[in-house]
Amino acid sequence: MPRSSNPANRKEGIAGYVFLSPWLLGLMGITAIPMLGSLVLSFTNYDLLSDWSELEWVGFDNYTRMFADDPHYLDAVGVTVIFALVAVPLKLAAALGVALLLNKERRGTGIFRGLFYLPSLLGGSVALALVWRAMWSKDGAVNAFLALFGIEGLNWINEPDWALETLVVLAIWQFGAPMVIFLAGLKQVPNELYEAAAVDGATKWRSFWHITLPGLSPVIFFNLVLETINGFQGFTSAYVVSGGTGGPVDSTLMYTLYLYQSGFTDYEMGYASAMAWVFLIAIALITATLFSTGKFWVHYGDGQ
Amino acid sequence: MRHFVRLLILLGLMALVLYPLLWMVSTSFKPDDEIVGSVSLWPGNATTAHYPAGWSSMDVGFGTFFWNSTVIAGLTVLANCASCLLAAYAFARLRFRGRGLYFAAMIGTLLLPGHVLIVPQYILFKAFDWIDTTAPLIVPKLLATEAFFIFLMVQFMRGIPRELDDAARIDGAGPYQVFLKIILPLSRPALVTSAIFSFIWTWNDFFTQLIYLNDLENITVPVALRNFLDSTGQTSLGPMFAMSVLSLLPVFAFFVAFQRMLVQGINTTGLKG
Repeated sequence: MPRSSNPANRKEGIAGYVFLSPWLLGLMGITAIPMLGSLVLSFTNYDLLSDWSELEWVGFDNYTRMFADDPHYLDAVGVTVIFALVAVPLKLAAALGVALLLNKERRGTGIFRGLFYLPSLLGGSVALALVWRAMWSKDGAVNAFLALFGIEGLNWINEPDWALETLVVLAIWQFGAPMVIFLAGLKQVPNELYEAAAVDGATKWRSFWHITLPGLSPVIFFNLVLETINGFQGFTSAYVVSGGTGGPVDSTLMYTLYLYQSGFTDYEMGYASAMAWVFLIAIALITATLFSTGKFWVHYGDGQ
Repeated sequence: MRHFVRLLILLGLMALVLYPLLWMVSTSFKPDDEIVGSVSLWPGNATTAHYPAGWSSMDVGFGTFFWNSTVIAGLTVLANCASCLLAAYAFARLRFRGRGLYFAAMIGTLLLPGHVLIVPQYILFKAFDWIDTTAPLIVPKLLATEAFFIFLMVQFMRGIPRELDDAARIDGAGPYQVFLKIILPLSRPALVTSAIFSFIWTWNDFFTQLIYLNDLENITVPVALRNFLDSTGQTSLGPMFAMSVLSLLPVFAFFVAFQRMLVQGINTTGLKG
């Protein structure tokens, strides 16, 4: 393709920057410069209330404080990791299971698919988290249900051993979005493979294990990356169910909730910036790890 | 037989999934003494009293909160659609220096957790004196910071036949005319999908609205609902449920109207609900 001094190409080159200019401004002003700003702030004691003149350079103090002097921070890391490790696999398993049940087009499939998807649209809202809080409280519907079987339930949201589980259940409840992606992926697995396997006398289980799963692996990978990143960022449900505290005894103190508390209720913005950077690096490392393991178990058909 | 078992499992799961939603709606119509410890999905003595009670349960009526949410969501939809469409056209159709690098940067921001930027952005917007206004919620959207929608629109535009551009070029159209005459009208489906998701995400958003909006006159529905956490006692449960139901109605309406489109939008881009 001829380029360079051709006037039409030059016009196109200029037009490219014209159309891209809002995005470029955003990339600089809203993303890149604030990111660098937060890196600088993370080495200071900046708090929102004092004057800029009181700003002091504190070196790596914020970073060492996190890991050496702040038990709440370590609680938050633990809670977030456990939440992601438990909620993400269970949510994906639910999504895949239901997708397999809905794979064959039959009458009513569309209605099922739509209704299973509905919680994904509503579940991230404050309203639903308030409902969850009421549902799992001492006098909530869950305990009323257990009482039908003579079981006396706990005050789930006030039990350090159980509060996080209520958030896990809320996350699993929203399995509809990955389910829809699985359904799209299942359509891509070639039917001939199943037919050939059936001719060879393969059982349903074997063809699931040897055809469906490998064929679906790119979609599983995609969902895994997305849900893991989302899982680490859960804020609303933890905030609402714990009444903004992350309690009882830090059991629902998700990382982003603690970051919010540090920056916006304790006004320790230097410290919050340091937390944000550790978070960013952790997410980047986890994503990179997922991608590097992907080589071993993700199969792309047609040599893509 | 196997078909029957499958249907039974699906119906069971459906009941489990829909129960919290139905319980929420029915509880909003239950009198106070029925709310405590009830699994029932049918109010014994149905009452609508919680709705007016919830509507005026704070010093400012919920009408104001709904108006604020609507304004912010509406402006966000417009800002996202306009700014992301411009960026997407540049990425999908125009050749210019540095495009590959910028595209990689755009994909990078897709995976960037928003919480990382919240502290410095807050400081920036505070310096502009924008706290407690809609500006911190809208201006970033005008600058195409929602990379998801750029990605969605780029994917869509790549499906528009290039022959159409070429034909217009032969007729003497430049990059601007191609955008206005061809890409803009043909991108309508991608714009509609982006608009719907923009609306739903903004309507449900809590984190940024909580941080930037303080005054009771300025807050949105999710931030107002948050205030129910401070009021204790069983008598506030009914109004809380009533307002929760109302707050979800717009999203539910979008779901009913655009269900097929939402599901397709997810299929093509992997967008989260």
